[in-house]
Amino acid sequence: MPMSDYFTATILIATVASGIRLATPFLLASLGESLGQRSGVLNLGVDGVMLLGAFGAYYAVLQTGSLMLGVIVGLLIGTFMGLLYAFISVTLQAEQGVSGIGIYLFGLGMSDLLFQKLVGTPRPIVPFPPLKIPLLSDIPVIGEMLFEHSLIVYMAFALVPIATLVITRTTYGMNVRAAGENPEAADSLGVSVSAVRYSTSIIGNTLAGLAGAALAIELGIFQQNLTNAMGFIAVALVYFGAWRPIGVMAGSLVFGIVASIVLQCKTVGIIPRSASDLAAMAPAVITILALVVVASRFHQPAALAKPFVREG
Amino acid sequence: MRFVYSKRFFVVSVILAVFLIAPAAMGAAGKLKIAIVAPSASNDLAFTQSIVDGIKAIQKERDVEVAITDGLFVVEDAAAAIRDYAKKGYDLVLAHGSQYGGSLKEIAPAFPKTAFAWGTAADTFGLPNVSSYEAASNEGGYAMGVMAAALSKKGSIGVVGPIEVGDAKLYVDGFVAGAKAHKPQIKVQVNYIGSFSDVALAAEAARALMAAAGADVLTGTAQMTVGAIGAARAKNVAWFGTQSNQAKLAPEIVVASQVYKWEVALRKILESMDKGVLGGQKYIINLANGGEAMEFNDAYKLPEDVKKVGMDTIKGIIGGSIKTGK
Repeated sequence: MPMSDYFTATILIATVASGIRLATPFLLASLGESLGQRSGVLNLGVDGVMLLGAFGAYYAVLQTGSLMLGVIVGLLIGTFMGLLYAFISVTLQAEQGVSGIGIYLFGLGMSDLLFQKLVGTPRPIVPFPPLKIPLLSDIPVIGEMLFEHSLIVYMAFALVPIATLVITRTTYGMNVRAAGENPEAADSLGVSVSAVRYSTSIIGNTLAGLAGAALAIELGIFQQNLTNAMGFIAVALVYFGAWRPIGVMAGSLVFGIVASIVLQCKTVGIIPRSASDLAAMAPAVITILALVVVASRFHQPAALAKPFVREG
Repeated sequence: MRFVYSKRFFVVSVILAVFLIAPAAMGAAGKLKIAIVAPSASNDLAFTQSIVDGIKAIQKERDVEVAITDGLFVVEDAAAAIRDYAKKGYDLVLAHGSQYGGSLKEIAPAFPKTAFAWGTAADTFGLPNVSSYEAASNEGGYAMGVMAAALSKKGSIGVVGPIEVGDAKLYVDGFVAGAKAHKPQIKVQVNYIGSFSDVALAAEAARALMAAAGADVLTGTAQMTVGAIGAARAKNVAWFGTQSNQAKLAPEIVVASQVYKWEVALRKILESMDKGVLGGQKYIINLANGGEAMEFNDAYKLPEDVKKVGMDTIKGIIGGSIKTGK
């Protein structure tokens, strides 16, 4: 099939829609991680939290049939893990890289153990129904691409301007940035760095739990290591996005759409089977290249991964 | 302070000693001990599930003690587990993963009294205590390819594969050969997504096959296909499964599954061990010896003529008149 046939409406729509769907869990997880990192807390356990949230949501939907309950369970699991992680990294001041990996291993193992013991033979759950936005979804081509997704997708993208507003225009956002850049100065001005970091860890991990829930419900199933290291890519996307919500959104979309383009190209035969493995690397390679470009322009929060100890 | 530290240390070391000595003391008395080391979850409805189901079937026939360590996709972790089981005195250690070969070649000579089995593979390294086992997945694949081609109304079939290696490649090649043999002009689009575990990508790959390639029958292999099955279910597109019976996952769309009955090979390994031979043989499960079974999903309304052409193909493969092109 010649390249020109790729640009038919069907395939373009499928590419963008698929890319958006693939990007959504990344977006949610990395929005949460970027908030935490902005305040100086590095959380490498995102993937573990996502897995726990995914299983919790899956199990809740399996038992009750309610998608809403599944989402809420995923959120609450994330909140709890956020509280735990804040305790470990802010109060106990543990080495954040290591404790994050600990959370990841815990989440990976626990979600699988619970899945095998409580569910056993996998059973499917009904995924989110697509929600057509009235009027907007009637626009030819663009309508089907952008406005026929599930509620979680809209929520995830709606969070981007909200997060931007919070970080840049509210006192809370200013405190978050201060805690991440210069916690001593923030502390001297009466801002409780601990409280700020606790709150960002809780909010960030709640979003990670939501990301996991969104993934499990979207796929309609759970499996051991369902996220397949998505959480770690979400952390990388935070660097890609220069710790800004818009940047993180761009990163998630780049990752999702490149993966989608590769899929579509393989489907229509543009990428031959012999190049299949090389093509599978594309999203990761492109993200690395983008990271290299971005790294030279933006610096990370000065106090990232450094526990704050109050002097005197 | 120093006294409290010593007391705690003493208590901890006593507890540790109990846990270390007790299992050895309780020790095995006569029962055959079998260990399985596998790369994915025991309930993955695919590769690892097939060996777990196989050993469960063996447990109904023999009194054996079974230990399973799953989820060891990383070869180093699996090697450590294999070595550990051998050290603990397990009689048979199943290294259920094609990627474990290199490690097994190093470990097996160090434990000459332990029987090892490597699957899916066809190499025993010339070692007397290593057997190998594999599945002729191309056979069932071929039969299902024939049925898929017969079932497809749009003349377009899609395949979601992991990486083009080993058992996956065998199955897909057999499937494509069968489909083309039944209908030479049929369009079969194969997408190897590049991962054994990326469920989300498999789901999107299935969607792409249905949307862009217009596939109305799908198949796939390896554990990430649960995502593809979910996507197929949403569009009510028929699915042919392999390795394990996938009907429960989507009873409305799963037509049939090629189920691996590893117990056919395991029985032979155990019988050989009964006679004191710990390895050296290569085993294969196929349609003829019952190691592969075509399990149709009763909940799916399969047209009789499609089922008949499938059953005839299976008979032909068993009888030798149909070559699946391995």
